[in-house]
Amino acid sequence: MNTSPRTKVLMLGWEFPPHSTGGLGVACLGLAQALTASNVDISFVLPRRINVSHDSIRLLFADVPNISFTTVDSSLQGYVTSSEYDRVMRASGGPGQYGNTLLEEVRRYALLVRDIAKRETFDIIHAHDWLSMLAGVEAKKVSGKPLIVHVHATSYDQAGGDNVNPHTYAIERYAMHEADRVVAVSGYTKNIIVQKYGVNPDKVRVVHNGVLHQSDHYEGKVLALKEAGYKIVLYLGRVTIQKGVDYFLRAAQKALQYEPDTVFVVAGTGDMEAQMLREAGWLGISDKVLFLTKFVGGEERASLLKSADIFVMPSVSEPFGLVPLEALIEGGTPVIISKQSGVSEVLRHALRVDFWDTDEMANQIVAILQHPGLAHQLSEYGREEANSVTWQKAAEKCIEIYQELTGFWRPAVS
Amino acid sequence: MLTICPYFHVHQPYRIKRFRVFDIGHDHNYFNDASGTSLDNAWVLRKVAEKSYLPANAVLQELLDRHPEFRFAFSFSGTVLEQMEEYAPHVLETFKKLVDSGRVEILADTYHHSLAFFYSKKEFARQVAQHKKIIKRIFGKEPRVFRHTELCYSNELADWAEDNGYTGILAEGWDPVLGWRSPNFVYNPRDRKKIKVLLKNYKLSDDIAFRFGQKSWEGWPLTTEKFAQWVFAHHGNGETVNLFMDYETFGEHQWADTGIFDFLRNLPSEILKHPDSGFKTPSETIESYDAVGEIDVPHVLTWADTERDLTAWIGNEIQQTSIKALYDLEEEVLRTADATLIEDWRKLQTSDHFYYMCTKWWSDGDVHAYFSPYQSPYDAHIAFMNALSDLRFRLRKTESGNRIIKTKREAARMATQT
Repeated sequence: MNTSPRTKVLMLGWEFPPHSTGGLGVACLGLAQALTASNVDISFVLPRRINVSHDSIRLLFADVPNISFTTVDSSLQGYVTSSEYDRVMRASGGPGQYGNTLLEEVRRYALLVRDIAKRETFDIIHAHDWLSMLAGVEAKKVSGKPLIVHVHATSYDQAGGDNVNPHTYAIERYAMHEADRVVAVSGYTKNIIVQKYGVNPDKVRVVHNGVLHQSDHYEGKVLALKEAGYKIVLYLGRVTIQKGVDYFLRAAQKALQYEPDTVFVVAGTGDMEAQMLREAGWLGISDKVLFLTKFVGGEERASLLKSADIFVMPSVSEPFGLVPLEALIEGGTPVIISKQSGVSEVLRHALRVDFWDTDEMANQIVAILQHPGLAHQLSEYGREEANSVTWQKAAEKCIEIYQELTGFWRPAVS
Repeated sequence: MLTICPYFHVHQPYRIKRFRVFDIGHDHNYFNDASGTSLDNAWVLRKVAEKSYLPANAVLQELLDRHPEFRFAFSFSGTVLEQMEEYAPHVLETFKKLVDSGRVEILADTYHHSLAFFYSKKEFARQVAQHKKIIKRIFGKEPRVFRHTELCYSNELADWAEDNGYTGILAEGWDPVLGWRSPNFVYNPRDRKKIKVLLKNYKLSDDIAFRFGQKSWEGWPLTTEKFAQWVFAHHGNGETVNLFMDYETFGEHQWADTGIFDFLRNLPSEILKHPDSGFKTPSETIESYDAVGEIDVPHVLTWADTERDLTAWIGNEIQQTSIKALYDLEEEVLRTADATLIEDWRKLQTSDHFYYMCTKWWSDGDVHAYFSPYQSPYDAHIAFMNALSDLRFRLRKTESGNRIIKTKREAARMATQT
């Protein structure tokens, strides 16, 4: 039927696995792979990261057929907040090669992308998150091609409230208004985009994330704690204000009155670590809370997910929230998820709770621990449901948006 | 002669409030939500009465007054009668007035609208007896025709009904059971001669109950003339058209603005225009027509969903474990002879509690079929299990001679021991 060339997308990102610190890189990889599988040509532009060998980038390149990487000359890394960026820069012994604030890096990336946009041929620009948004706007200016900005998180999520970084907010708002379409990773995020950024809701499309099945699969072991007869309730993620770990601890205290032979595990790092350790002390539950204050990955992560009786995601604001899906897929672990999350829109076989309602959170924790029928059904049905959350579905929705903006669709083979 | 046998089912459950783990051992009232929302039983009853029972009763009263030929049947769960007595006695009066006409039959049922038949025959029989008592007390009637929760039917249930002196029993006229045969005749159950089965004409019943207000339906708008023609089409190949439906169809499932009340008001005169058509109660239908054959239903048949089975009530694990845990307590509960405790246990048997835990709509992708006062089936399950834990707590307390429970932990442990 249609034999015209493939749709070419200039995709602008910030990080890519395995050299990424957060979920953004994983999401970009998942989406890019699925789009490629649907015959979309992706040119994925990344800011070059110093101290990363080209070998590893090429290795990824080899793993991901048809995605070509273009790196720009910059010292950027995938640090999400300005303060963390500053901290890392100081720790690494000084400012980066080109600028000493994250904002300067973001502006610099935008300028460099202008040159790429002049050089490359493409039909659409697809920019991920605020770090690449300015670059997306610049690419649109020089090429005249339609721009999609893909919002994985907003300043409001990072702040866990209304106290947002004004510079970040200004960039987000500017780019969202310049964009032809805004993609939100959830209805929850779409609401924020419409209400806090004043974007016309007709311009915003919801595309839920998928789950990327890891090629390096870890079996994991049952923890000794579990073998000793303790039940395990797990939190796994960053320990920051956005993640609501403090609510998790308060619920733990209440649940422990009914299920004393339970250990609550907090696995992850972040700027609230010390505060959370103190909080557990104040609540009088230090002996029942196990802090693993480090990045937990690989075998250890698999063991935690496998051993946990419940996984809790108590986020104050979570644009999507991938870990509950992974807990179900990898461990068959029943999940309790915050209603203030995107994943609660795609996962029904989960217990849902307002993050602040620690009574209800405790009620749900105790219920899963006490009623095997409930735990088993949440595990079985939840796993099945989590497995159906795929990047392929996300890619299909993105392709619809590409069609809308270009007025055509050009599959390579028909 | 072709007669219509209209039958309306009136039921409201005692919904369980948001009963949490902290309430176990402290609060023994499971049904007293007073939030003015869909968990507040008094509020729901009054709302349904305003929207449905009162206006529908007014129309039926008008019809009884105007047409001496008009007749129909009601079934009431004990739980709806009890709630009307408590929250809306004036509504109950309008029902009594209808029944006093002598042309309204009341059917037998379980008091608690339960599925006890499938878990404990003895408990089932006790609930039927309890239902008989309240019908006698309120309406002065003794039901002769049996209908079961969600129109459950099986050979076994029909056997029970005949052995217990009922002359008729109601069932769904479901094609896979009937084969080439028509639901518009009277049948006997398998190997039974005394009791007769009346089969719901689900096509015509559901045209009113489900499709009346559906603008996408090819039959919309459904006028009385059109509907009467569909009924008359059975002249010559049927004797009775059994229209069975929830009474809440009028005003609650189909809102007043769909014209449902006018439809009800105009239907009898339209039917009676045909000289060879009329109305009969279930008992009159059974007396008037001979059984034309036997129907054989080895498995449970209901009037629910496209499967016509009990999967909406006991299809998933949380439903199965809850209902089993409930009936496991039977002996222990009855042994206490504590009337309040026994009654609370029975109110937990109402089928609606298990329906609220249904998750099968999700896999069907049919969210519209799902109605529940809870935000999720899991919330319904947790409230139920906590109430049941409290019931267990009360049992243990009774057994241990009301000894003082020292700690919350002990209380929780006692409540969850099985």
